[in-house]
Amino acid sequence: MFDDFFARALAGGIGVALATGPLGCFMVWRRMAYFGDSIAHSALLGVLLGVALSIEPNAGIVIMCVALALLLLLLQQQRRLATDTLLGILAHGTLALGLVGISFLESVRVDLMSYLFGDILAVTGRDLIWIYGGGGVVLVATALIWRPLLAITVHEELARAEGVRVGLVRIAFTLLIALAVAIAMKIIGLILIVSLLIIPAATARRLARSPEQMALFASLIGVAAVVGGLHGSLAWDTPSGPSIVVAALALFVLSMGGGALVQVVLGRTVESARLPH
Amino acid sequence: MSALRDSLAGHLTRRPGVAAGPSLACAENLVVRYGGRAVLDRVSIDVHRREVVSLIGPNGAGKTTAARALLGLIRPDAGTVRHAPGLVVGYVPQRIAPEELLPLTVRRFLAMAGRRASADAAATLDEVGVAAVMERQLSSLSGGEYRRVLLARALLRDPDLLVLDEPVQQVDFAGQLAMHRLIARLRDRRGCGILVISHDLHLVLSGTDRVVCINGHVCCAGEPEAVSRHPEYVSLFGPHAAAALAVYTHHHDHSHDLPAALSAIDEAAPGDGTPPDGRG
Repeated sequence: MFDDFFARALAGGIGVALATGPLGCFMVWRRMAYFGDSIAHSALLGVLLGVALSIEPNAGIVIMCVALALLLLLLQQQRRLATDTLLGILAHGTLALGLVGISFLESVRVDLMSYLFGDILAVTGRDLIWIYGGGGVVLVATALIWRPLLAITVHEELARAEGVRVGLVRIAFTLLIALAVAIAMKIIGLILIVSLLIIPAATARRLARSPEQMALFASLIGVAAVVGGLHGSLAWDTPSGPSIVVAALALFVLSMGGGALVQVVLGRTVESARLPH
Repeated sequence: MSALRDSLAGHLTRRPGVAAGPSLACAENLVVRYGGRAVLDRVSIDVHRREVVSLIGPNGAGKTTAARALLGLIRPDAGTVRHAPGLVVGYVPQRIAPEELLPLTVRRFLAMAGRRASADAAATLDEVGVAAVMERQLSSLSGGEYRRVLLARALLRDPDLLVLDEPVQQVDFAGQLAMHRLIARLRDRRGCGILVISHDLHLVLSGTDRVVCINGHVCCAGEPEAVSRHPEYVSLFGPHAAAALAVYTHHHDHSHDLPAALSAIDEAAPGDGTPPDGRG
């Protein structure tokens, strides 16, 4: 019994970390952390949608996140409001709507805390299917759009001049973020989701020499954070989602120190190599 | 509309001895508005194969907007843009800062230009004068180095039309001279049509076949010398700039020593009296 739920929790967390690593890198490179946060905040409305349509909450979340992502893309093109203002309105507006809406639900009991902060220790077999199915789609799709997505990330104008279909790639990427947020929801909760996308990517930066390396490292660092966080959660009886994020944060701080050390060593090597000249 | 074009065409005298080829990209009567304000008002630009066209004008004149419209990067509110069929474009944009969080070597950045690019990358980096940066991270380059790497990437696409937005900004003096010679060589050897957005009057004079001066609208267009005497040009840049341009042109007309001397400085080799354009 005990082994069972812990194994499922590990499997779920690892699946999410693997799938979100590469996507998190693009989120960091494209400076879309707040964008992802806004999508995550709408997930509670998705739960309501699931209840209203009597479909699975996961499906409701996917639909709502995708809808909000597309709405954001559309509003960004209007350029009426600065993007960060727009994101702030949508993020907190949708979260507030979700909270108010859920308070009206009397017949259905919704475990609010689990949606806000995740409930990795209640991961079911069905959740695992969602995570690995959705995560697989995210990974394959990310690989498929990798080249054009990287091109528009390096320099959008240049990519456009070279014939990349920028609009299409952007829509695809936004949909992938929505899907990733939806599958990570169960594990981390909507409040902390973006940290699982951002922190491993930021940690990987100091170790990587190429975009692909950074994506791979981000996935692996995410896995390490999940494994470490869950064991810590078990040992000290702390909430699992925040524990995973704390583990990720610890790895990030370590990499900062390690990165500085590597630079000092490299700097010395370069200097000593220059001496003979 | 056609009257405007006719009046422009009157100025389009070409440099003797240089036969410009067929039109590569042609924008007619472009109108672009940002929030109600017309940034471009019936601006026409065309670039032919084997010619260097300089687009000049004060800050906020709409130079970059005009170039982007010509490239098809933005849709004008009115006017037409035509490209030669199968046109390959090389673009070196102006405002650029590589994302520091993205680990990308120059080698990889250049490889992104296309399949053939990797093989020619070293030679092209050498051509633009930054052969040593191949394994460096893009975000570690200086402004001048990065601009030249961008130029190398544009060249690796083997473009028909090259659009350079302020190519010598942040480039040191020797680098500027090298850039001028490179631009002339690209026109003569590769037969590119080149559109240069520039503040640099030396570039405009030494290597340009045609100048289009805009300030929202086309002020004047034609060969460099004619533009330098145009009253609208004088009122835009002031009599000092106009005089400097005229003197320089005058000098240039009577002797080819100056450009040769300039290349000699750059190459640290004795000038042979050949104008830079004529170099193999």
